Amino acid sequence: MTSQELHSMAQSIRVAVVEMSHRAKAPHLASSLSCIDILTVLYWNILSINPKDPEHSERDRFILSKGHAAAALYATLAYRGFFPQEELKNYVRNGSLLPEHPPSEGLAGVEAATGSLGHGLPVGVGMALSSRICKKNYRVFVLLSDGECNEGSVWEAAMFAAGQKLENVTVIVDYNKWQATGRSNDILALHPLAKKWEACGWSVQEIDGHDFDTLTRVLVSLPKETGKPTAIIANTIKGKGVSFMEDNNNWHYKIPSEQEVIQAKRELGIQ
Amino acid sequence: MRNAFAQELTQLAKEESRLVFLSGDIGNKLFDAFKAQCPDRFYNCGVAEQNMMGVAAGMAKSGLKPIVYTITPFATTRCYEQIRVDVCSHNLPVIIAGVGSGLSYASLGPTHQSCEDIALLRVLPNMTVLCPGDAMEVRATLRAAIRHSGPVYLRLGKKGEPVVHQTIPSLTIGRALEMAAGKDLCLLSTGNILPLAMDVARQLEQSKLSTRVISFHTVKPLDATLLTEIFIKYPLVVTLEEHSLLGGFGSAIAEWKTDYSEGKGKLIRFGTGDDYIHITGDQNYARARFGLTCDLLCKKILEVYKKTIL
Repeated sequence: MTSQELHSMAQSIRVAVVEMSHRAKAPHLASSLSCIDILTVLYWNILSINPKDPEHSERDRFILSKGHAAAALYATLAYRGFFPQEELKNYVRNGSLLPEHPPSEGLAGVEAATGSLGHGLPVGVGMALSSRICKKNYRVFVLLSDGECNEGSVWEAAMFAAGQKLENVTVIVDYNKWQATGRSNDILALHPLAKKWEACGWSVQEIDGHDFDTLTRVLVSLPKETGKPTAIIANTIKGKGVSFMEDNNNWHYKIPSEQEVIQAKRELGIQ
Repeated sequence: MRNAFAQELTQLAKEESRLVFLSGDIGNKLFDAFKAQCPDRFYNCGVAEQNMMGVAAGMAKSGLKPIVYTITPFATTRCYEQIRVDVCSHNLPVIIAGVGSGLSYASLGPTHQSCEDIALLRVLPNMTVLCPGDAMEVRATLRAAIRHSGPVYLRLGKKGEPVVHQTIPSLTIGRALEMAAGKDLCLLSTGNILPLAMDVARQLEQSKLSTRVISFHTVKPLDATLLTEIFIKYPLVVTLEEHSLLGGFGSAIAEWKTDYSEGKGKLIRFGTGDDYIHITGDQNYARARFGLTCDLLCKKILEVYKKTIL
């Protein structure tokens, strides 16, 4: 897809996610909006996947380790054809397969149950090692939040992946500078985040996480260095795309009203 | 038990190409034969157990059969959430082998003792809990665990325990093994305390009490068929384990009895207390602190038996 097409797709996914949050009265809207551009680039330009054969043994694996952005993942999967878009209306409904965090079974395209932070990277590293052991060529992509980098298990996995020289695993940190209740750098000292990953033995690139050209350019030329896993520090804006949500951490939990949904859709260019 | 585990693992790796071994930076030299035989299937994951468990889940999700191995508290409580979410919620064939269970490593201090693991692991949906009673049962349970399609916790002792079985028993998960026949009471043992259970039965014989001994190598799922028979047939059923009386094997039997048994058999339980050991001592010393010696167990069993049959 061209960057223009990616932008248009991302805006549609954003609208779906705003409507899902409103309908289900489910939080984490701003966390979802901040990573949708990354998901769009991955699912349309990068991942080797077939929505009609979601369990193919050679598929690239994507793990949304920041599981609280599940709405963004569900909408992306639906728009990519893993299941009908109609299913999104069942988000968080009784009896549905779409809980507020990705489930462990039953939903095509979801590789692992996440939601408790710090689980996705170790599991992804296990998948990447399996790819090597079983002499396959699939790659693993794991999307982390910056708040998630509080978890010690992230750094255990980071150092292990580098120790194993796993060049088929890529981390993308959705670095929106917020966590649930405060500025992420004020709570645990994340800064300098890129240098921390570098110090753990990763090849690191810091980019604008909303720039489709850059995202595509960086993600098509992996690994960045032979024999090293790659970490992309994607600088993002929490609540991206809706002016009154952008960089306003109230929208970590707040549910949009009907009027706010209308305004958000207008801003996103989709009525 | 430890050496039998390493030898059997090396043998089984020849037959199962999906087997991958993850060590938490322990077992120096112990797995040299395995490493020489399968260098691409041995991973020292370092002192990072949360990662190791998640890695194992990712491997199992990709078609491999990982075995995670480290000292029991580090294989269980240290990474409990990874076991719960990554392994059990996905129902993945990961074998978690904890070495030094119960009071095996008593002299190493409270950080290395593990009398809570059966309780914590058996409460997890999809988890099978195996507690072999000697080195022969270790070999048999490892074989069964590798054939099993879901998560397995394998509770190992240390090295050099007495061997009770003459040969490797034919073993099925969820089917307990009869170790000695007896008509007066039934002693159910799980895990590394089996040799003591056999000693207790021999000593009770001298007091004219004929004791049937069963090795419950599987704590979950329990052998319901056998339990149904036992609680009908015997006036007294005794459980013995090197684990807390809160939530362990005896608790599982008590739960089963409450929910399902129509028999009249009385149940008494022996295990460790609701306490940490702050005084240094070896395994036998620690067992004695909880009354887990042959003499004390026989004395208590005789007292209860006499009251039961009156």
